[in-house]
Amino acid sequence: MARLTNDNVEIAHEIIGRYPRPKSALIPLLHLAQEQDGHLTDEAMAHIGELVGVSSAEVLGTASFYEMFKMETVGRYMVNICTNISCQLRGGEELLAHAEKTLGIRPGQTTSDGLFTLEDVECIAACTEAPCLQVNYRYEHRISNEGFDQLVNDLRAGRRSDIPSHGVLAQVRQHIPEDRRAGVVAPEDKAVPVWIAAAGEGDK
Amino acid sequence: MAESDVTQIDGVAVEINGVEVIAHKGELLIDAAERTGTYIPRFCYHERMKPVGMCRMCLVEVDTGRGPALQPSCMIECTPGMKADTESAITKKAQDGILEFLLANHPLDCPVCDKGGECPLQDQTMAYGPGESRFVEEKRHKEKPIPISDLVLLDRERCILCDRCTRFAKDVAGDPLIHFIHRGNNTEVNTFPDEPFASYFSGNTVQICPVGALTASTYRFKARPWDLETTESTCQTCSVGCRISIDSSRDQVQRFAGVDIDPVNWGWLCDKGRFSSQVVTSEARLSEPLVRDNSGLVPAKWSDALGRFATALDNASSAQSIGVIGGSRLTNEDAYAWSKLFKGVLATDNVDAQLGDGLPAHVVLGLPAATIDEVCAPGGTVLLLGPDVKEELPVLFLRLRHAAVEDRVTLVEVSPRSTGITSLAAASVHPRPGETADVVAALMGTTSINGEIAGVSAVELEAARSALAAATGPITVVLGRASLAESASVTVAAASAILAARPDTTFLSALRRSNVRGALDMGLAPGLLPGRVTLEDGAEWYSEVWPAMPSATGLDTEGILRAAADGRIDVLVLLGADPLSDFPDADLAERGLTGARTVLAVDTALNSSSKRADVVLAAAGFAEKAGTTTNIEGRVSTLSQRVTPPGTSRADWMLAAEVSTRLGTDLGFESFADVLAEISAVAPAYLALDQAIAEGSPDGVLLPLDVVVIIDEDDDDIVIVDETVTVSEDGAEVDVTADVVAEETDADDAEGLIEIVADDSDVAGSMPPFVQYTPIDVVVSPPVDSYSFRLVASRKLYDQGTLVQSAPSLAPLAPGSTVSLNPWEFDRLGVAAGGRAIVRTAKASVNVTVQSDAGVPRGVAAMIVNQADGRVSDLVSADELVAEVRIETAP
Repeated sequence: MARLTNDNVEIAHEIIGRYPRPKSALIPLLHLAQEQDGHLTDEAMAHIGELVGVSSAEVLGTASFYEMFKMETVGRYMVNICTNISCQLRGGEELLAHAEKTLGIRPGQTTSDGLFTLEDVECIAACTEAPCLQVNYRYEHRISNEGFDQLVNDLRAGRRSDIPSHGVLAQVRQHIPEDRRAGVVAPEDKAVPVWIAAAGEGDK
Repeated sequence: MAESDVTQIDGVAVEINGVEVIAHKGELLIDAAERTGTYIPRFCYHERMKPVGMCRMCLVEVDTGRGPALQPSCMIECTPGMKADTESAITKKAQDGILEFLLANHPLDCPVCDKGGECPLQDQTMAYGPGESRFVEEKRHKEKPIPISDLVLLDRERCILCDRCTRFAKDVAGDPLIHFIHRGNNTEVNTFPDEPFASYFSGNTVQICPVGALTASTYRFKARPWDLETTESTCQTCSVGCRISIDSSRDQVQRFAGVDIDPVNWGWLCDKGRFSSQVVTSEARLSEPLVRDNSGLVPAKWSDALGRFATALDNASSAQSIGVIGGSRLTNEDAYAWSKLFKGVLATDNVDAQLGDGLPAHVVLGLPAATIDEVCAPGGTVLLLGPDVKEELPVLFLRLRHAAVEDRVTLVEVSPRSTGITSLAAASVHPRPGETADVVAALMGTTSINGEIAGVSAVELEAARSALAAATGPITVVLGRASLAESASVTVAAASAILAARPDTTFLSALRRSNVRGALDMGLAPGLLPGRVTLEDGAEWYSEVWPAMPSATGLDTEGILRAAADGRIDVLVLLGADPLSDFPDADLAERGLTGARTVLAVDTALNSSSKRADVVLAAAGFAEKAGTTTNIEGRVSTLSQRVTPPGTSRADWMLAAEVSTRLGTDLGFESFADVLAEISAVAPAYLALDQAIAEGSPDGVLLPLDVVVIIDEDDDDIVIVDETVTVSEDGAEVDVTADVVAEETDADDAEGLIEIVADDSDVAGSMPPFVQYTPIDVVVSPPVDSYSFRLVASRKLYDQGTLVQSAPSLAPLAPGSTVSLNPWEFDRLGVAAGGRAIVRTAKASVNVTVQSDAGVPRGVAAMIVNQADGRVSDLVSADELVAEVRIETAP
């Protein structure tokens, strides 16, 4: 059982309240679930379906489109090493090989202590800083083999408080009090914008 | 739609392949082309669903004034001056290219694929596709096939991602349990893990799949399309009357498929209907008659069985000591033959096709009628006052769902608990069982709302009342029994309240058994004669064709069972009926069956009641005999024979004729057509039916027809019209014009009328009026006892009935017996969801599993009829208006 915890259900209701239709909160809630468990469990997806009023299959249909939602257990740190052209020219492949050796796993695998999952990724848009990698989507630039080992040691020793565990989007949670929310009106209930009304197309 | 429907006024002139055609306003190019004779190939487009333009197969070159360009013809509406070329070199290149793409990952396992031979992908590749593939890479491989439900299997390799099944599930059935997942390069259709596609409509996805990706577990590897012989017929699982095709091979029924007719099913079927094809070939079918000897029921010769059957009837002490139950699963011809035998030869009126679980015949036949199309007409308002249509009449649910979701139809539901349609209703109120009429009177504005009525809050009542009050025209009512633990008089009183407040209201009876309407129309109810006339009014009309006539109105099923229990019934005849399972009060049924001196049964398979019979005649069933059937609307459509009946079993009308001959009266029937001809000649609402059917379409014929009866006195061109009987729609007014002399051509001018030429003997005297409905004004429900729960006994689609249990694929789907309670009740009762509880009435108790259901109001216990372990019918007493139960924790 890994449905959303009671605390997270409360947060979920606040998130749902920001949208004119509950269904629109689907992706933020998937992030919430991934933050809770490190990946998306079936139970959490079914729970989200109940919360926003769609079937579990529809939740899965949406979630499975996105690479960054993980359906399987992953390590606390997701290490994405770029091997696309710029990084490749600057030693990305070698860095990946070094990482495989250091961590003792192949891309797609997780270390036996459950700390690291290694992924070989395409361009992550930091070509000027090649070779680069991400840990839980936080960048590490111009990284050398020694730098990589240092990074791993720091993570193992808990010295990188700037990198939260996999699934956490931000360390500070957005909170919008109810009276500060804007625009929670269903599109069909909104007044026709003037420029459309003036053109006489607002009757639709 | 026929071409003649096109009018120049709202038509749009477009040019398709150089020929100008007139399209309807807003018509899609693909439809306009097909209607005017140009088929554009397609996979994803389906005429009963919204277009999505997924497959790109229907690309054609379209010029709307900006030069020709390829456009998907399923996504563009015809506009004036549009030019489309479906055969240009560019169009052909596009079609060829799309097919090459679709085939890139298609496994081409056609030789072992069930779809091979009737596969749109195969056919269109032959017609429009490339001769060979340039794709040399490895194709995708996936596990084949995976079950996505108990009935449907999915082969993902074969899928071309047309979105038909997923759109059907979401948009038509409202069960979005299958979806595209892993969208992108690895898109596939699938369910959520461990959450199967458990929709009552899942079989439709198999039918509309344009490749062999979705297959039905009942049909896999059973036959090849080119070996199939096909006949159109009408589904006999429930009384909606969906048009179907029956496919057989080697004289064995292989499958049913939906046929698209506008007034009823739009091509859809429910799974119970579709997979009831297995019932025909069930091993439980009787292939020879059985008679009881010392060792039990044993096979017998027909002459012995029929002899014993006739002798038993002959030896009955009086006509009143014969009781007949059942007949609502027969053809109209079968029902008429039995009706003629029991009422017209043996003169008993103790005949009832319903088993105490329907509505009185005068209500079904006498209330102003609405068709399904009228109920679902855009912008209308419908009051649902009956069973859960999703569970009992699933395709009517689909029509109502479409009406509510797409056609702005307002649904207002009055039911003792929430149902499958509650989420679609504009307002839904759940009155305490037994007190529905009070709530209906308040909704109609007859009584004022000063607070809670029958457990419904004033706020909810106001919401429902204003939804009804907002109706711009007459409202329609879907009327039936919401709960078998509640007397039918509650429903009738509610209908009376509606009609008193709004006399222009029309009704659609939500009765369940396949031809129950036809059985009532054929007189299989106390006080009725065939053709929707009462015994009193019709006795004279029938006196020349029927040798005898009951002297007084007889007993209904409850009355027959009571009389039998008291020893006043010598012969109890069961026409395909199982009162032990289906009568709401199992104890009374048991006493009745025990009390009857002789029990005779006619059935296609043994059921718990016919196992107790002294003689069982083996009857031919669905797909094994021709005939006609009448659906809930009063629409008559044809049933066809596709296979030979098992063994020596034969149609009911033959059995009735045989028994009658042994009793010394020739019914005069040698073929089903003879029976139909007699019905068409004498049964008032069915006059001229045979002609109308012969001229009619698969849509069937809505009764009563407007007919002119011309009594023919000579054979000249000039017809002497002695008597012109015009039957008006409600049957009440009968216009008799005597001694009018007219030329034949004059009669032809009467538009919309069918003439029948009869001789004097057929039409003796003036036609009797149709059955009138008798209102019930007041029902008094017992005071509320706060320690008790009011029982609601409703049906689920799958139960322990013979039909479901004879189909191996459906039998395991029956949910089993439960009691559903509002979770707020758990604490005070000390029960928990999933635990066991004892549900007790004065006469019996059952031990069942507790289910938490917020859709059940507080103070109500909801149970399912005819399930294994813990029968709700043990708890119900037929003489009580509403059943009250106590609930205790099971030790």
